[in-house]
Amino acid sequence: MKRRSFLMTALGTGGALIVGWCFVPPRSRMGARDTLPLRQDAVSLNGWVRIDRDGDVVVAMPRSEMGQGVHTALPMLVAEELDVPLARVRIEQAPLDAIYGNVAVLVGSLPFHPDQRNRARVRASEWIVAKIGRELGLQITGGSSSVRDAWLPMRRAGAAARAMLIEAAARTWKVTAGECIVVDGAVQHLGGRRLQFGQLVAALREVPLPGEVTLKDPQRFRLIGSPAARLDVPDKVNGRARYGIDARLPGMLYAAVRTCPTLGGALRSFDGDAALGMPGVVRVSAFSSAAGCAPGVAVVANSWWRASQALGAVRVDWDLGPHARLDSAALLADMRAALGADPGVTLYQRGKGEVALLDAVHVFGADYSAPYLAHATMEPMNCTAQWEGGRLRIWAPTQVPSILRDVAARAAGIDADRVEVNVTLLGGGFGRRLEVDFVPQAVWLARDVSPAPVQLIWSREEDMTRDFYRPAALARMRAGLNSRRMPFVWVTRTVSDAVVPQYLARAYPSLAVDMPDRTTVEGLFDQSYEFAHRQCSHVTYRSPVPVGYWRSVGHSHNAFFTESFIDELAYEAKTDPYDFRRLLLARHSRYRTLLEYAAFKAGWGRAPSGRAQGIAMHESFGSIVAQVAEVSVARGAIRVHRVVCAVDCGTLINPDIIAQQMESGVVFGLSAALYGEITVKDGRVEQRNFPQYEMLRMADAPLVETYFLPDGDAPPGGIGEVGTPPIAPAVANAVFRLTGQRLRSLPLRLQP
Amino acid sequence: MQLNVNGSPAEVDAEPAMPLLWVLRDLLDLTGTKFGCGIGACGACTVLIDGRAARSCVVMARDAAGRDIRTIESVGGAVLRALQQAWIERQVPQCGYCQSGMLMAAAALLAQSATPSDEQIDAAMTNICRCGTYQRVRAAIKLAARSVPRTL
Repeated sequence: MKRRSFLMTALGTGGALIVGWCFVPPRSRMGARDTLPLRQDAVSLNGWVRIDRDGDVVVAMPRSEMGQGVHTALPMLVAEELDVPLARVRIEQAPLDAIYGNVAVLVGSLPFHPDQRNRARVRASEWIVAKIGRELGLQITGGSSSVRDAWLPMRRAGAAARAMLIEAAARTWKVTAGECIVVDGAVQHLGGRRLQFGQLVAALREVPLPGEVTLKDPQRFRLIGSPAARLDVPDKVNGRARYGIDARLPGMLYAAVRTCPTLGGALRSFDGDAALGMPGVVRVSAFSSAAGCAPGVAVVANSWWRASQALGAVRVDWDLGPHARLDSAALLADMRAALGADPGVTLYQRGKGEVALLDAVHVFGADYSAPYLAHATMEPMNCTAQWEGGRLRIWAPTQVPSILRDVAARAAGIDADRVEVNVTLLGGGFGRRLEVDFVPQAVWLARDVSPAPVQLIWSREEDMTRDFYRPAALARMRAGLNSRRMPFVWVTRTVSDAVVPQYLARAYPSLAVDMPDRTTVEGLFDQSYEFAHRQCSHVTYRSPVPVGYWRSVGHSHNAFFTESFIDELAYEAKTDPYDFRRLLLARHSRYRTLLEYAAFKAGWGRAPSGRAQGIAMHESFGSIVAQVAEVSVARGAIRVHRVVCAVDCGTLINPDIIAQQMESGVVFGLSAALYGEITVKDGRVEQRNFPQYEMLRMADAPLVETYFLPDGDAPPGGIGEVGTPPIAPAVANAVFRLTGQRLRSLPLRLQP
Repeated sequence: MQLNVNGSPAEVDAEPAMPLLWVLRDLLDLTGTKFGCGIGACGACTVLIDGRAARSCVVMARDAAGRDIRTIESVGGAVLRALQQAWIERQVPQCGYCQSGMLMAAAALLAQSATPSDEQIDAAMTNICRCGTYQRVRAAIKLAARSVPRTL
């Protein structure tokens, strides 16, 4: 019990100060009217809502759209409370202000088991972290937290705006507010008079912000819960959508970079003379390392192709560095040795922990492994920067504008308030765009060619070999069984690198601390199967391969370990894997119901001939997803035909976007389960482009069906990542049923 | 060098070996066509050349000269319009980055085969979508196939 609160220890160091500060009420997230940039022909009602003269409602958008639908889901929250059609809502990038900071992502990172959810100590920790989060104002899009975070603040902002619109109309008509209602983007008086929102702009300037706001009764929701069409889709089918790579500025130049071929290497010297003589080339520069980027050379030219052609003519003398012999097979062997020898740090314990294995009639164990993985967003890393008059302007597809601003300011040697960050659409994120390693490169190049703006684009080869990979991980899973062969002890030991300390050290070197990392054991300690005794230990294995957040983070591999091992235990108990899971969830009806729903929808036990079903369930980011995969094997290849997803994510905001995210999470997880593997040889990442790092394509994509267990009383859970963790074990479990081969390593490879 | 892009002649200052992708993006500011891999492996840069799908990152400018180049920014084609409508109807895009290429590949497919089978769709649509929109792409192609005017 004692060591569970590993992260809280760090947060608790300032204990006494915090106690006093706790009596100050948490900072409001409504925001003042001047939080938003003032406009002549418009009026801001709070930090989130502006009404334009034409009656459009402009919503401040502090989160990045990377496919997960947040540029639709968040406006829906405001539009619902404001009773305005979604089509009348436009979004504008929010300024960098504390009210927009993501609080939920921090609360979600606390190391608690879902069973502890309502305990006073847990609630107190969450309250304190939320309070800290409101001060930090970190604009992060990640951790499947955007809707969870915006759920109350953006609805409150919409409700406050509605109250002000009503008050403005009431004053105009000299009637009481109680006689007015909002209908379809206009205020209407009982007598039938109407004023469009746009007609109230002047009157609104005189209306004060309301002290208290009343949110709608969820029974009256009309938009929330509906499959409203995404606001970003029309521009994504006609080429108008603007990603980072599409920024176009007058006089803009383009830059291509080549970094040291080995991990941890350096640049000794370079000769750019030949490159400088090539068509369109403006400059050849070298750059050093910052924010995790590797040292290398850059060519700036008047087209990206010319820059990349000239890059080939730059002669570089590399210092291949201390890891020039690095080999991932050797790394793996080293990790395997650590798995056997090092007891690691216990990050979670319940009951007697590992010691309870002594009470078991039988101990069953198995070892698993998962490789490094690249993100491979379709839009390669890029950043556009302009340095002029001591100020920096940046256009970037980023998940972290506030961190990006700090890193850019450090690279430029200026104060953060002299940096302007424009967030573009993201051509995929998946955690890769939590990193800002490409930003110092763009900043330094912008300084070199100032005042011309420069657009830095990485080649696919740079993107793939200079990623922050999902850590490779090994797991030793053990269970203690009773005389009926039912498990009552759950013991896991894993070996992997730790993401969180590495990330912090890259973004904020002054915060670099070595601390236990919850993400290493998430998915192992926090599932709801009922074991009286549990212990989850972890060995942090530092390797020169940089690691980062990859869609669903620790859950991405730990779900494979957990749900495969549960399946093995079912066969040990000679019980159907579905029935077995139900037995282990006897006191967890929410989970059991979801599992039963998935099995019912999939027709569990009735796979078409030649195919087998596999089942897996996993909770992550506040939602539970159960999946049944229907699999066949032909000529040694695993083929997934159909995946049934049952989702319990609390209140549904937009069921069609949730279905999209299930389809997306499954395909993303399947690419990894069937093909994904990053390997290192001679200090170099071997996979450099798509043929070597293969993706699931149309011909092999399964049909994904999504079903909901709506829970209108629960707040919304996360969605963007939760479809990914269960798919690999669901498929592996089906493969076992079909072939008798228990595949314990990712990617899944059948023995001939 | 003169290219014929979206029905209009365009004079570009391009080296003969410059890939069409970069001519479109950097010289003509037609940014709807995307860069994904640079080796013709992902399909994000797919355009139509004389009605057939081509990966513009591996087509040299000199080989595109004198031919009919169509990008996602082209307007007026009934097939592309039907596809775009179907893409909206089926809510296909997520991040959307690969969708220009998907749409152009689908336009080439429908131009060849008015009602493609699943096998024809599998064979023609080899573009990578990291968001996993494949099943919606398939559904949208079938929807568009039903709505394209038969006079084509």
